Amino acid sequence: MSTNIKDIRKDFSFIAQSDKIYFDNAATTQKPENVIQAIAEYYRSQNANIHRGVHSWSIKATELYEQTRESVSKFIGAKYASEIIFTSGTTDSINLLADGLFNSYLQKDDEIILSVLEHHSNILPWQTRANKFGVKLKYAQLDKNLSIDVMHLQSLITDNTKLIAIAHVSNTLGVINPIQDIIQIAKKNNIPIFIDAAQSVPHITINAEELNIDFLAFSAHKMYAPTGVGVLYLNKKWHDKFFPLKSGGGAIKDVDFYSTEFADTPQRLEAGTPNIEGIIGFNAALNYIQKNGGIEYFQTEEAEIYHHLLNKLTELTDDLDIYALHNPHKLSAISFNIKNVHPFDTGTLLNQYGVAVRTGHHCTQLLMKHLNIQGTVRASLGIYNTESEIDRFIIALKKTIKMLQ
Amino acid sequence: MSTDIQDIEKELIEEFDLYGEDWEGKYGYIIELGKYLPKMDASLKNDTTLIKGCQSNVWLYATKDQNNIIHFTADSDALIPKGVISLLVKIVNNQPVDKIKNYDFGIINKIGLKEHLSPTRANGLVSMINKIKTLAN
Repeated sequence: MSTNIKDIRKDFSFIAQSDKIYFDNAATTQKPENVIQAIAEYYRSQNANIHRGVHSWSIKATELYEQTRESVSKFIGAKYASEIIFTSGTTDSINLLADGLFNSYLQKDDEIILSVLEHHSNILPWQTRANKFGVKLKYAQLDKNLSIDVMHLQSLITDNTKLIAIAHVSNTLGVINPIQDIIQIAKKNNIPIFIDAAQSVPHITINAEELNIDFLAFSAHKMYAPTGVGVLYLNKKWHDKFFPLKSGGGAIKDVDFYSTEFADTPQRLEAGTPNIEGIIGFNAALNYIQKNGGIEYFQTEEAEIYHHLLNKLTELTDDLDIYALHNPHKLSAISFNIKNVHPFDTGTLLNQYGVAVRTGHHCTQLLMKHLNIQGTVRASLGIYNTESEIDRFIIALKKTIKMLQ
Repeated sequence: MSTDIQDIEKELIEEFDLYGEDWEGKYGYIIELGKYLPKMDASLKNDTTLIKGCQSNVWLYATKDQNNIIHFTADSDALIPKGVISLLVKIVNNQPVDKIKNYDFGIINKIGLKEHLSPTRANGLVSMINKIKTLAN
């Protein structure tokens, strides 16, 4: 089933009612009406704590909660719903992953390969623990198009390499990394692979099982769902050998004074009362995507407006430094600077002209150091953005250039 | 003898009032103000003078003379923050400690840029004001 963007915009009241242009979708997306209603409806008529309740309210809430797990597992091509662990977001997912791997898998002198373009959330959870446990971090460099340099990554592998943890899509540049090649290299060397999919799952089809991924993380709020919900995909082959320290209520079968028999995954990894309304809202967002043609439709539509944005920015290359401009594998986001102008100034004036973009290092200071800059201006698109918004943004950008140069 | 803080503020407000609702004009004027900041010696731009909490780098250095008068020097690597710190310095520079301590920094509201230069973490306005107050203590 196909749909059109004009109809879609009506579903996002914040977008529909505003005369401002929202180009900060890589930070978070707006929420469609059915998601907002699902959350309200949960509190109006479905609120109960999940699991273990024998009463019908709890059973109903549990059903809705577990439906989301089913939907998510289908959405990312997981083989089993139990491979989906709910967290509070990508950062939480990676911390849970690092906690589990450091507690039950990684040992002193082991090595983890990351890359220079990683978000701090895919650096710090590893770095803090690596420093404590004597594990070594190595960083894959970038090629001239600012994608992860696969050859360099390969050259970093030793017998001690125990994990490769990389972003699918760069949150700063929009660059789509060659993860298939990297996964192939990982598998050939029997190294588990983690994919930070925070910036890819909202935009393109991913099949975790087909890609042979061990671990994958993303956030719901970047794909039209509520904040405070994330996913850690944990391939079933890890279920019996993954023991994070985080634990508590709901994660057990039997607790004794000095030892505990834990529940199976995923319950074992979801201690405490989760963000039930957020997770139910997440299912509404996934339903919304399906109802409007699926992520394949989003991918096609977004590619078209993104192409328009790149074309328009390319016309301004005399005044702009555009990063990874000639990399053909990109989506949704683009980073740039007005030549010799601080991104803060550009972002401040664009805001005055009614355009919301993000400025700064975008939690990718290693990438900023690689590019030898302090920060960038990042515009990132979502499904409801239009060519006409891009044209208005370009007019505002031209005025901004004039004011600042 | 330097001009009184209130008089400097009043004069600046009158300048900004000339632009009425024209925010582009006001921003242009702020950027212009930055250009009048005396050049800051590179050696003064260090971790002590750097104001934390701005997305751009803003440095502020102060010395107090024997009459308890404070002299400020400032700089920024971005145009708008440089204009804002220049505006603030214009008011408090060469003023006695007591007058600076009692000044409420209402200037941003009074020039009609409050909604634009809101005290968020990103623009560092609050950090700039706090730094001036700390230096005056």
